[in-house]
Amino acid sequence: MSLSPDDVKRIARLARIEIDDVQAQATQGQLNTIFDLIATMQAVDTSGIAPMAHAQEVTQRLRADIVTETDRHAAFQAVAPAVENDLYLVPKVIE
Amino acid sequence: MKWETVIGLEVHTQLATKSKIFSGSSTAFGAAPNTQASAVDIALPGVLPVLNKGAVECAIKFGLAIGATLNRINIFDRKNYFYPDLPKGYQISQLARPIVEGGALRIQVGDSERTINLTRAHMEEDAGKSLHEDFHGMTGIDLNRAGTPLLEIVSEPEMRSSAEAVAYARALHTLVTWIGICDGNMQEGSFRVDANVSVRPVGQAEFGTRREIKNLNSFRFLQQAIDYEVRWQIETLEDGGRIEQATVLFDPDTGETRMMRSKEDAHDYRYFPDPDLLPVKLDEDWIEAVRAALPELPAAMQARFQADYSVSAYDAGVLTGSRALADYFEAAAKACGQGKLAANWVMGELSATLNKAELDITQSPVSAVQLGALVARIHDGTLSGKLAKQVFEGLWEGAGEVDAIIEARGLRQMSDAGELEKIIDDVLAANPKSVEEFRAGKEKAFNALIGQVMRASKGTANPAQVNDLLKARLQ
Repeated sequence: MSLSPDDVKRIARLARIEIDDVQAQATQGQLNTIFDLIATMQAVDTSGIAPMAHAQEVTQRLRADIVTETDRHAAFQAVAPAVENDLYLVPKVIE
Repeated sequence: MKWETVIGLEVHTQLATKSKIFSGSSTAFGAAPNTQASAVDIALPGVLPVLNKGAVECAIKFGLAIGATLNRINIFDRKNYFYPDLPKGYQISQLARPIVEGGALRIQVGDSERTINLTRAHMEEDAGKSLHEDFHGMTGIDLNRAGTPLLEIVSEPEMRSSAEAVAYARALHTLVTWIGICDGNMQEGSFRVDANVSVRPVGQAEFGTRREIKNLNSFRFLQQAIDYEVRWQIETLEDGGRIEQATVLFDPDTGETRMMRSKEDAHDYRYFPDPDLLPVKLDEDWIEAVRAALPELPAAMQARFQADYSVSAYDAGVLTGSRALADYFEAAAKACGQGKLAANWVMGELSATLNKAELDITQSPVSAVQLGALVARIHDGTLSGKLAKQVFEGLWEGAGEVDAIIEARGLRQMSDAGELEKIIDDVLAANPKSVEEFRAGKEKAFNALIGQVMRASKGTANPAQVNDLLKARLQ
């Protein structure tokens, strides 16, 4: 599969990235290279091979169940757009 | 047409860890908003999750307790959806390879027992809370709960009535609190139930279309919500309508369920393995250490109570309703050596009095050893049941130990036959009419005489002995 210039512009719009025609063309080429790579990999016969849980043969490190964090809400909320009664305010969401 | 109800439950249990599943923030309930939300919990850029060993251990305990398969390698996935109380834009959960698969739970409905199979249980993080009260048309977000460890426990769709669903939820609640992985506090949201409900004509093999009732936080609401939903589905189908797959909410004020979202706008969660977290490995030594530290489980204790204390299956079920109650009963039974009698007192007088005072068993003013001593005095004939209730009141008020209360209040059952006979003579002399009536065949008159003797002895006469002596005297 390959992407058209319109596909690239649509993806850019969805990602809220401003892009001009020249950039779109360059990006189209780069993205299509990635699709080519995927196509190459998909050509390999993997039947009979168990899928790996992770690319490396390593497992998760665990931490002890102890409280190590302190209250830093004042610092975090100093950069929040809107705060009231220690709550972060966001545009109303009704479900 | 006869309909059959099909129910499966998904239960979110908050794990009783001190810190969150992927950060070192406290999980304590009720803190001021956002004071327990760290950079990881609020999803600042560049942070990485580190898995809490305590949360994994809770999941292992649960898997062992229900006889499930523990996946030695299990994997965290990202479940993507947008909501402001989910700051990362995805919830870290487990989809393809959860930590626990299979297992089963015994439930008791009335006199019958059933086994309900479990599908899976997986670890995930809780979201924050949205407060929709009006903040100038905006929504307030508290992220204290974000990142609290959850174990989502999913049953097979094997329940066939709301009563079975409630029995399963209760058995699960007992188990998770028993093994100490969840505090079970439903008001605080530590144990939340989603019910998948469908109906089908009796005899039909395929399931009907299900609707999911979200977030039920009491057993009563669970029952009401399912009953309403089943009625609604049957009426809809019988009126020629069809059921659309949907998520619904239960409104406790109206007792009705209403649609939250239909399948058309159901989420596509775009699950994929979380690249920030490596596969979790459970090694055998760890599993065996957790197994060794597990307490005796409710089902095993129930069987042992029946064998050791000769209590019925039903009573053993009630007594193992919580670990605290089971421990209390066992301590009382050991103190007096009379299991059945101790069981009657724990489930009768003690439970009733605790209920009336709105106390739970851990707050009982009467200790298990005191109750055992009381039961021992009933068994050795010092106290009748009626006198024992007066001693119990004394214990409840903190008037001292059993024997001291008996002495101080003169509650010893009369054992001196001579003294009793004298009272009987006096009563017979004073009530010639009752005696006559009894001899004329009126059973009621006999009971009246017993009542008179008991009154004259101030309740300390042994009722069985009064009965025997009185009968002998009147024949």
